Amino acid sequence: MLYRTAGQFKTSYAADHALFPVKQDAWLLMIILFVAFVVFPLTASEFTINALLVPVLIYSLAALGLNILTGYAGQLSLGTGAFMGVGAYACYKLITIFPEMNIVIAIALSGFFSAAVGVAFGLPSLRIKGFYLAIATLAAQFFLVWLFEKWAWLYNYAASGAIQVPNIEMFGFTVAGPGASPVTKYYFVLIVVTLITWLAINITRGRIGRMWKSVRDMDIAAELVGINLMRAKLSAFAVSSYIVGVSGALFVFLWRGAAEPNLFDIPLSFRVLFIAIIGGLGSILGNYLGAILIVALPVIIGTLPAFFGLSISSSTVEHMIVGATIILFLIIEPHGLARFWQIIREKLIMWPFPH
Amino acid sequence: METLYNWFVKPFQDMVSAPDFLMQVLWEGLVSGVLYALIALGFVLIYKSSRIFNFAQGIMVVFAALTLVGLHEKGVPAYIALVLTLGVMFVLAAVIERVVLRPLVNQPDIILFMATIGITLFLIGFGEIIFGGENKVMITEQLGIPTGSFTFEPFGGFVLIEQKDLTAVIGAILLVLVLLLFLNKSKMGRAIRALGDDHQAALSVGISLSTIWVLVWFIAGVIALATGIVWGARAGVSFALEVIAYKALPVLMLGGLESVSGAIIGGLMIGILEKLFEIYWGQPLLGGNTETWFAFMFALIVLLFRPQGLFGEKIIERV
Repeated sequence: MLYRTAGQFKTSYAADHALFPVKQDAWLLMIILFVAFVVFPLTASEFTINALLVPVLIYSLAALGLNILTGYAGQLSLGTGAFMGVGAYACYKLITIFPEMNIVIAIALSGFFSAAVGVAFGLPSLRIKGFYLAIATLAAQFFLVWLFEKWAWLYNYAASGAIQVPNIEMFGFTVAGPGASPVTKYYFVLIVVTLITWLAINITRGRIGRMWKSVRDMDIAAELVGINLMRAKLSAFAVSSYIVGVSGALFVFLWRGAAEPNLFDIPLSFRVLFIAIIGGLGSILGNYLGAILIVALPVIIGTLPAFFGLSISSSTVEHMIVGATIILFLIIEPHGLARFWQIIREKLIMWPFPH
Repeated sequence: METLYNWFVKPFQDMVSAPDFLMQVLWEGLVSGVLYALIALGFVLIYKSSRIFNFAQGIMVVFAALTLVGLHEKGVPAYIALVLTLGVMFVLAAVIERVVLRPLVNQPDIILFMATIGITLFLIGFGEIIFGGENKVMITEQLGIPTGSFTFEPFGGFVLIEQKDLTAVIGAILLVLVLLLFLNKSKMGRAIRALGDDHQAALSVGISLSTIWVLVWFIAGVIALATGIVWGARAGVSFALEVIAYKALPVLMLGGLESVSGAIIGGLMIGILEKLFEIYWGQPLLGGNTETWFAFMFALIVLLFRPQGLFGEKIIERV
């Protein structure tokens, strides 16, 4: 009823290829953006912003980066955490070497560093495939985290071995560091994430995106129809690592405030991979749904037992429940939460008819 | 020049000038190589028979070792605890097959891989709730594993060999031999290999998929128990053991995901090479702790030249 498409005619090819072939999708998006930009900052408490909204946005961005590589170009990567680390450390070095640099520029530039590293570790993808490639990306994971620990120049020889985010001002506002207000940080992250999502949507449905998808579906066939596999795979690694690097910079500069090398260790990679898979590979929306689930789940688990007066140490239960949830979701819908939404939407468009 | 000397000449001079120390390093490398090979073997068996990349092998090692030690702490005699642990591993295999794998038959590889990570997380939480998160000591003596050590003196130096390491190596060799015999000679073993070659053909001649899967996961559980005992005797039983599972991954790359002999040779190679690199290059030149990534980098470089690993089946692509 709400999604009835009656009366929406497509009279040109352009209309057929439009981003929102159904008007209601556009309205829904407007409502979500309105809630994100106006309602949340006005109503959400500091805790909600710090513990839910900002991490959801940052994790969705990281998952979006991974999804471009794994979901669109079909190259499985287990090194996301390390690439986030490259972005974070690059941003830190830029900020400390050029203190005058605008943070937006520093974050945008730091993505290029992780893109370069991503392309370097993506080179083996030209020769090896599937799980062999997945293990090869683990090489990046372990090597880079080791490097973050041993290369003292990266953290300016700090005795703790950690990087600390200083207060950073932009146009008179403190946007990052301990002095920044949660709402400012939230707006900053939200704008960056919205921009990159908009870019990603358009890349993935354009020529480059189609090239990636054909490589994913069958790389030999793609090669036969004249797609340059090297360019397709390496560009996927570059774009993906760029987005992941930016999310890593945001992760440290606008959320954690400080970072140690082991923050970027393999659990972070797996968490991002969960988000991408539970949300749905090959879907942009899925990253957001997956991030909401994975970020909110521990918060809920942390508060629920106390709510019922039970006292179980929540970290162990968290492992169990997260593990069980992952298996459950994979069994119910292996194509992810995005597919759920797709099914619901189809039903709504057809309603009240079953087919 | 100085750098070149430090990288390419000095390590070898060190090796030649202290051959007894070199032998000690090689022995240590060999022992950890045997363990990597064992874990990799668990991976290979499951991958061969079901095309599942079983990430949970590492946590199965921890879980088996924890169960054994936990049962013994509850007052069960060591050997009975060993048998009971085998029972637990069987139940675990059956439950995993029934609850996780059966509903996911025919899903893409990555989904099944993700599911095994889910199993890993679940077992971490489950193990902690039942046995607690603190470190435990492996019941080495109660199981009759000798704990003394030999020394002998080649080249006027001195090499120390722990008896439990020697037992581990011999035990692992025996286990692998039994396993190879089972896979190659027994009816069940042939069924496992048939399933690995072609699921549908195997099903059509009456091989039961679910029975074989339970069996294979149980064998992987037995291997995990063996690994857990040996590694636990060296380093104590804790959840940190889980990270050794990561060490088996480059072994798999090197040896090929389907090859039993590849897993063994790859494991030994990586064990020895990473120890050598750490002692002669890593610690003096790179600040140490290179063991976390050396194996991966090494395997990566080998893979650039042989994409299917050293012993993997030749990849034939059909369109």
